This record gives sequence, structure tokens and C-alpha cells, in this order.
Amino acid sequence: MSKHTLSVLVENKPGVLARVASLFSRRGFNIDSLAVGPTEHDDISRMTIVVSVEELPLEQVTKQLNKLVNVLKIVELDTAQSVQRELMLIKVRTDADSRSHVLELVNLFRARCVDVAPDAVTIEVTGTMDKLEAFVRVLEPYGIKELVQSGMVAIGRGARSITDRSLRALDRTA
Amino acid sequence: MTEQMTGAQALVRALEHLGVDTVFGIPGGTILPAYDPLYDSAKVRHVLVRHEQGAGHAAEGYAQATGKVGVCMATSGPGATNLVTAIADAYMDSVPIVAITGQVATPLIGTDAFQEADISGITMPITKHNFLVTEAADIPRALAEAFHIASTGRPGPVLVDIAKDAQQKMMTFSWPPVLQLPGYRPVTRPHSKQIREAARLIVEAKRPVLYVGGGVHKAKASPELLRLAELTGIPVVTTLTARGTFPDSHRQHLGMPGMHGSVSAVGGLQRSDLLIALGTRFDDRVTGELSSFAPNAKVVHADIDPAEISKNRHADVPIVGDCREVITDLIAAIEHEYAEGRKGDYDEWWTLLDGYRTTYPLGYEEFADGSLAPQYVMERLSAVVGPDAIYTAGVGQHQMWAAQFIGYEKPGTFINSGGAGTMGFAVPAAMGAKMGRPDSTVWAIDGDGCFQMTNQELATCAIEGVPIKVAVINNGNLGMVRQWQTLFYNQRYSNTNLQTVRRIPDFVKLAEAYGCVGLRCERPEDVDATIRKAMEINDVPVVVDFVVHQDAMVWPMVAAGTSNDDIKYARDMAPKWEIED
Repeated sequence: MSKHTLSVLVENKPGVLARVASLFSRRGFNIDSLAVGPTEHDDISRMTIVVSVEELPLEQVTKQLNKLVNVLKIVELDTAQSVQRELMLIKVRTDADSRSHVLELVNLFRARCVDVAPDAVTIEVTGTMDKLEAFVRVLEPYGIKELVQSGMVAIGRGARSITDRSLRALDRTA
Repeated sequence: MTEQMTGAQALVRALEHLGVDTVFGIPGGTILPAYDPLYDSAKVRHVLVRHEQGAGHAAEGYAQATGKVGVCMATSGPGATNLVTAIADAYMDSVPIVAITGQVATPLIGTDAFQEADISGITMPITKHNFLVTEAADIPRALAEAFHIASTGRPGPVLVDIAKDAQQKMMTFSWPPVLQLPGYRPVTRPHSKQIREAARLIVEAKRPVLYVGGGVHKAKASPELLRLAELTGIPVVTTLTARGTFPDSHRQHLGMPGMHGSVSAVGGLQRSDLLIALGTRFDDRVTGELSSFAPNAKVVHADIDPAEISKNRHADVPIVGDCREVITDLIAAIEHEYAEGRKGDYDEWWTLLDGYRTTYPLGYEEFADGSLAPQYVMERLSAVVGPDAIYTAGVGQHQMWAAQFIGYEKPGTFINSGGAGTMGFAVPAAMGAKMGRPDSTVWAIDGDGCFQMTNQELATCAIEGVPIKVAVINNGNLGMVRQWQTLFYNQRYSNTNLQTVRRIPDFVKLAEAYGCVGLRCERPEDVDATIRKAMEINDVPVVVDFVVHQDAMVWPMVAAGTSNDDIKYARDMAPKWEIED
């Protein structure tokens, strides 16, 4: 199975996330990651959904998603033609001896230290899934106390915007 | 023009503006505010049913018989959850209904208040869309949007859940409201390139079949279908939800396909080289084992719902559009092909199909003890009552016999539960159909199992003056389940014997208790007279207890999960597909 990244523009209304999430589960699809947030337009929210699925069932789930009345538009983002980012916060065990080693790794990965305690540091890092996995691997020997990760967000490269046409549709009905 | 009123008054006013003349429902705490102005409405008739499931199926029957949106109403909590089966049924068969439910007042939502249920959450996977309305001002727009969504594109159920305080608060009413549905854009106009491609395949095919589903009637495209069929000479099969969409008496009609389809329809699909699938969804009950379904056929698939196309079977030519527009365009494209000198020749195909038809006609076993064969009851109903009546059915053996042995000539004359397979559908659906088309004779064909699930609506029929006729095909068992036990579970009849042979209940007395006329028929020689007597009674509902043999089975049959090629036209009797003459 291959990973696919779907950008789903939805009306910013209560219950929309539940409709989308339940559609995936009831049609038998597992969501690898899901991120949702506002867009440049108040009435539109954007979901970035990563699913592991073959081409044909992906087409089916996309069509089913399109049938949801609150869904405005679905675009599959190609990995090469888009920028994809996740955010991770990691609490790593450190002491006076190990702290500088950990901070060196933070610099190498262009991460940031956002909190320091006598026996731990908390690190913020963004990047692709691969980069975050690599970062976690190098930190593991020091002892990861806690880890939290966002869903992936992604945006197409170039000047084109996927929201433009949906905005026009919204304007027509307003 | 604007006017100050309560949300509840706005609800009733909106229903009036939407052309609603009948609402089926039961009041309760949270919907009470709406029932007060409803009491005064001169345009909307509320029918007090005995169970909310009955309201839902009645709304479905009304919608199917009239082509309009059916409306049902219930209170919050159990009132709303009792609608769930009917909503699921409407979703599976694409029936346009709007369910209006009361919800606990906004401050109580989420507190496990008395009679609170998250009905919008519960019905999310079984509605085309639903609304939770918490502001009085939003009520007219929510209803207008609900009716629009239910009745356009692929029709389906929409639920509008309205908080009690939203019904009570004052608001400013104006009509029509502006619909705000930017994400809802059903495509009805087919793509001309796809139409031309379909026409090309049709004139090139040697063994085409028009595989017609419920969507053709929903698009009101029966006349166009008849023109297409007669223009091309292509054989037609009509699925369970399409019975009547093409006349059964027509020479080109091969019957119903699927698990209990005719040998000619099933064999025709299997041997086809081109399926022209119109408003149908390649349901497992039609295809049997999918991998061996019509293995040599290319597929032209037209449906208004893009998600149905290539869902189960790959479509070589996908066409998204309303079936009436699709068929109209197809006819023009085919006429163009003919004008260019390209025309299909299906003579050999018809020779094969006619062979199936004459060798393997629908038939049934009569019983030596003189007891009644259920199929005979259907044949006589068809002959005596005729094709102008509307027939509804529950689910099971009686439904299949009704699909097989009654001749349907007109679209929308067979209303039953196809996709969901909801036992108990027949009586409330007949009530709704009769209220929608009071001048038509409406027969509910029911089983003794189904009948005991929803016969409480006979009280509604008797009191509201809805003289439906009910044929209970009483074999004393959950007959279809028993048939599977006979065939696949070594005749171990686990929990299928309803023992109605002991007259518990006595359906004649039950009918009388409900203010209906009850008749009983146990012998073949009495069938015609009994049906005629029932036909003469038009002031009250009639229930006929047809006591039939418990071992009658539905044939032909394709066992679940097996290939259509392995159809049996009677027990252990398989047709020979290549007929030599």
C-alpha cells in the first residue's frame, strides 16, 4: 500500500471533522494522520489527511468524501510537488554531561530547544516524516520521556492556490 | 415580506411553503412546540402513527408513490431512534425523505438530559446529510436545504434535529430563504464524449443487455427507456427496485436479475458482452460472486452518483448524469450511428435468450395435499387486481414471489425494501403510498413474520381512513431463513417457526380488533373469490390471511457468495447454458 496525502477543504461548521473521520472508518480506511485548521478564509477549514491505501479504493473514498455536503474540494497532493511538514515536541532526559550533546543534535536538525529543566530539555522540531523519524532515532539513546506529534500539513508548490475556486463557490451562495 | 413568529411556527410555515401536505409522526416533549402550530395548519395534515418506525416507512411509501419528499416527525431520544431503521432503509434505496426530530433545549445538549440522544451523530452514516438546528432563525433555511438535498441528485434521507428552545424563540420569518450549500453540486448533465463512446459500443456489441436499476424510475425515465429499448432491440432486465420501470409484458423484458432472478435475466447478464447499466449499483444480490459476474462484458455505467461508478465493477465507459438525460442523449447518439450505417445485429443473441426463456420459465411446485402455493396467490393477485394497483412488500420469500409472479407494467407500482432488507416495511409503506395516491388500490404483500413487526399501523389506517389491503402470506415461519436452513443448515430449523399455525395471533381477529375486515383463505379454489371480496371493500382496510404451505421455496436461486453461473432453477436443477437446437 502507498501513502497518499489528501487536502480537503471543508465548510467551517460544527461536526464536519466527525463526518469526515467517521466516513473513513466506516468505509474501512485507516487514517495515518489528520490535521485540521483554519485557512485564509474564515468560512473554510482545511484538513490534511494521510492514508495508506491502494489507488482504486482511494478513488472510492475520495468520491465518498466528495458526497459530504460540507466538503468543498479534495486535492491529492503529490509528494514531489508539495511541501509537507509535521511538528513534534520531544522531552529528552539530559544531565550536565549529556545536555551539550543533545543541543548539538538540535542544531544539526535545525530544531529548537523550547524548555530546559535540570534533568530534561523539551525540543521543538518540524519537517517531513522522514526527518522527524531520523531525529527521534538519534535522541533515543539519551532517553525520550515524552513525545507528541501533530498531523501532517501540506501545501502545493508554485503560485496556484487550491482555495481560489472554492472561495468563488462560497461567494455565489453567500 | 417578513413576519415575527416562533421557530415552531416558522417550521410549520416552511413545510407549507415547501408543498408538504402530509406528515407522519408522533409528538413528545421536545417536539411539542412544533405540534401546537401544526394543529392549526390547513395545508399540512399530520397523521398520528402508532410507532415512529411506521412514520418513517410511511414517509418512504408516500415518497415512492408520489415522487415527492416524504416527511416524518418524532420527538427526541427514543422517538428519534425509532426512526433510525426507516432512515437507513431510505438511504439504501435512495428514497427522498425528511425526518424532523425534536432535540433537548440547547443548554441541556450534552448533559444526558431526559430523552436526549445524539440523533445527528447516530444518523450520520445513514443520511445524505443532517442538521442540528439550535437557532430559531435557522429553521426555515435548514428545512429548505433539507428538502433540496433529499430530492435532488441521488435522492436520500435528510434529518433535521431542532432544539426545543429554537422552536420556542421568536424569529423573523421570510421566504424563500437563501440556500447555503457551496459543497453540494450534483451533476445531472452527461458528458457528450462518454455518450458517443457508449453508442459506439452498443452498435458494435453482439450480446448487449440493458441492466436497469431503481435510478431510472427516480429520474422518471421509463418512457425514454422504452424508446431506447425499442430503438435498439436490446434485451432488458429490471432489478428489484426497478420492477415496473419497463413493462413485464414487453417482449424484450427478460425479468429480474440476481439471487432470485429469472434464468433468462441471470443467464443473459452472464453471457453478455456489453452491460448498459442505468441507475443501478452492481449490488451483491445482483452480481453474485463479483469476480465471475458477466465475465466477458464491457460495462457502460450511468449513474447520478459518481461514487457508484466503478465501485464494485470497473466501468469501461463511466457516465455521470441523470438517467433521463443520459438515455435521451444515448438515443440521439445511437440514431446518429444508425444514420452512418452502423447498427447492431442481435438476432443470434435473441435466439439464445429465447431458448433460456422457453426452457427455463419461472415456475413453482404445487402441493399434493391441496394446500395453497404462495406463488399461486401472487399470480391470482396479479390477474384479479391488475397492473394499475400499487403493491408494497416486506422482506423475505413473499417479497421475492411478489417480485417474480406479479406482472408490473407501470413505474413505481412495486414499492419494497431492497438494499436494507427491512422486515415490516409493507404495511406502513402501503399506508404512505395510499395517502399519497388515494385513488390507487394499494396492496401490502406481507409475510407473517414481517406483518407482526409493524401491523400496529392498521390502527392508523382504520382511524385515518386509509383503506389499504394486506395479503399476509402466512406460512407460519420466517420463510426465507427457513429456506436457507433447509438448503444450507441440514434442515435444522433454529428459531424460525413462528407457530402462527396455532393462530397465535389469529390474523382475522387481529384485523377485526384494529377495525379492519379480516378474511382467510386456505385453498386454491377460494383465492379468486377472496381477492374479489377484498377488492369490494373500500371503506376500511382489509387483511387477508393466506395460509400457505410452509415448504414452498423461492426459485431460481443463486446461493450467497457463489457465481451466477451456478444458479438453480429448482432444487439441484441447474440450467444448461449453451442450448443447441
